[in-house]
Amino acid sequence: MRLTFLLLAALTLGSALLALSRRRLVHCALWVAVSFAALACLYLQLGAQFIGFAQVLVYVGAVAILIVFAILLTRSTEEPAAPAVIPGWLSGISIAVLTAGGLVVPILSSSLLPAPPAAPPMVTAQALGQELMTRYVLVLEVAGLLLTAALIGAVILALKESEGRP
Amino acid sequence: MANPLDQLFVLLKQWLVALLPVGLQPLLSMVLSAAAIIAVFASLFAVTTLLERKGLGRLQNRLGPNRTGPFGILQPLADGLKMLTKEDIVPEAADQVVHFLAPLVMVVPVLTAYAVLPMGRNMVAVDFDGGVLFFFAVGASTELSVFMAGWASRNKYSLLGAMRAIAQMISYEVPLVLASVTVVMTVGSLSLVRIVQSQSGYHWGWLARWHVFTPWGLAGLLLFLIAAAAECNRTPFDIPEGESEIIAGHLVEYSGFKYALFFLGEYLGMFAVSSLGISLFLGGWEAPVSFLTWIPSYVWFFGKLLGFISLFIWLRGTLPRLRTDQLMNFAWKFLLPMTLVNLVAAAGWHFSAGWSFPGALAWRWLFSAAVVGVPYLALGHALAGRVHLGPRSYRYAT
Repeated sequence: MRLTFLLLAALTLGSALLALSRRRLVHCALWVAVSFAALACLYLQLGAQFIGFAQVLVYVGAVAILIVFAILLTRSTEEPAAPAVIPGWLSGISIAVLTAGGLVVPILSSSLLPAPPAAPPMVTAQALGQELMTRYVLVLEVAGLLLTAALIGAVILALKESEGRP
Repeated sequence: MANPLDQLFVLLKQWLVALLPVGLQPLLSMVLSAAAIIAVFASLFAVTTLLERKGLGRLQNRLGPNRTGPFGILQPLADGLKMLTKEDIVPEAADQVVHFLAPLVMVVPVLTAYAVLPMGRNMVAVDFDGGVLFFFAVGASTELSVFMAGWASRNKYSLLGAMRAIAQMISYEVPLVLASVTVVMTVGSLSLVRIVQSQSGYHWGWLARWHVFTPWGLAGLLLFLIAAAAECNRTPFDIPEGESEIIAGHLVEYSGFKYALFFLGEYLGMFAVSSLGISLFLGGWEAPVSFLTWIPSYVWFFGKLLGFISLFIWLRGTLPRLRTDQLMNFAWKFLLPMTLVNLVAAAGWHFSAGWSFPGALAWRWLFSAAVVGVPYLALGHALAGRVHLGPRSYRYAT
C-alpha cells in the first residue's frame, strides 16, 4: 500500500516536472497526459473508483487531446531557440515555495480542519450518482449551465470568424 | 443452472487454480483470465482478417485469398510471418521514442477493456461497479496513441490523418456514450454483469427480455452501432485512413510488426465495442428464445460477436466513404440530438413501467416510439434540406 503510493506519487511528480522542463511542447503535452493518468491511479488506490475513471476519461481522453490540438493549431512544434532555464527562475521558485509554505503550514495546523475519519468510506458510483442527483443537484445544474454557456460562447466565437471571411 | 458444459471454462479455471498453494491462487486466477482474453481475442483477430478478406472478396465478386492451405485458411499465419520478418523502418526525422510507444499505447488499453466484459455465465475477468465507465475510460487513450503515431512520424500525411482521426473519434465518442447511458439509466448500474443480468428472463415465456426489444433499445442499438463503426474507423467512417487521399493517415510511416500492432489494436477495439453493444442491448450471453438455453452461454456471446463482425464486413463491402464535413455534420447535427431524444424515450419507458390499464404495453410502445420517431423524421427532413430524394436523372445516360 505504502510502496504503491510512493511509486505513484513519484510518477505523478516526475512526469509533471518533465512536462514543465521538456523543450518540445508536444513532449510536454504527452508528459502531462502521463501525469494525469498517474493521478487517476492515485485516486483508484484511494478507493475512489468513479473519480479515478472520470479523471482518465476527461483528462487523458479530452483535456490532453485538447492541449495537443491547441499546440498543433497555434504554433510550430519545433524546439524553441531560447534557453530552457532563465536565471530569474530561481527567485521565482523560492517565492513560490515560500508562499505555498506560508499557506500550507497554517492550514495544516488549523483547528478548523475536520478530523479525518478512521476508515475511508467506500463510495460506489451509484451512491455518488444518488448524491449528485438529490443533495447536490443544484450545484450539478449550475455546473451544467456554466459548461453550456461556455459551449455556446465557443460556437459564437467560431461563427463570427467565419462571417468575417469573404 | 450449473450446467457443466455451460460452466466448462469456469470449472477448468477453478480446477487449475486449486492446484496451487493458497497464497498464489489469486495471482494465478488473474493471470489465467488475462491469458485467456489475450489468446482468444488475438486468435479471433487472425480469423477475422481471413473472414474479412474472404467476405470482401465475395462481395466484390472475386475469390479472396486461396493460395495458402485449403480455401486459404492459413492466410493469417502467412500474414503474421510476413509481418514479423518484415524490416521495421523508422524515418530518420521521426521522434524515435514516441514512434515506438504509439502502437503499445494503442493495444494495451484496448486489451484491459476486455476485463469488464462478461463473455458467458460467470465468465468475466473483473466484475466491478463502474464497468461501463472503465470501458470508456481506457478507450479514451486510443486517441492519444493515434496522435502520437501521427505526430512522431514527421510526415504531413500522418499528421493530417491523425488530426482527422482524433476529430472523428472525439465527435463520435459523445453519441456512443450517450447511447449507452440509456441502458445504464434504465438498469441503474454501471456494472456490465448487472446489465446482462437485468436482461435475463423471457417475455411470454419465450422471447428474451433484451433491451433491443424496446423502442428506445432498438434506436439505441442503431445509434450505438453507427457511433461504434466511426469509433473504430470502419467504413463508411474510415477517412482517417483514406488510402486515396492521405495514403494511410497515421499509419504511413509504420511497417512490420508495429503496423500489425496498430491493426491488432483497431480490430480488438472493434471486438470490444461490439461486445459492449451486445452486453448493453442484446442480452450479452443470454439466449434469444427460451427453448435455446441449452446452448452454452459463451457460444451465444461469441456467435453474436461474429454476427457483429460480419455486419461490419458487409458494411465495408457495401458503403462508400463519407467526406469529412459530412461526417462531422452527421455526428453533431444528427446523432447527438437523436441520442438525447432517445434518453427521453428511455426515461418515458422507465417511468411508464407501472401502467396497468388494458393495452398499456401498446400505449407504452406507441409513446416511446413516437418520442424517437417524430424527431427522427423532423430532423431528417430539416437536414436533408433541398436534397432531391426522387429517382435520379442522368445527363448523358438514360
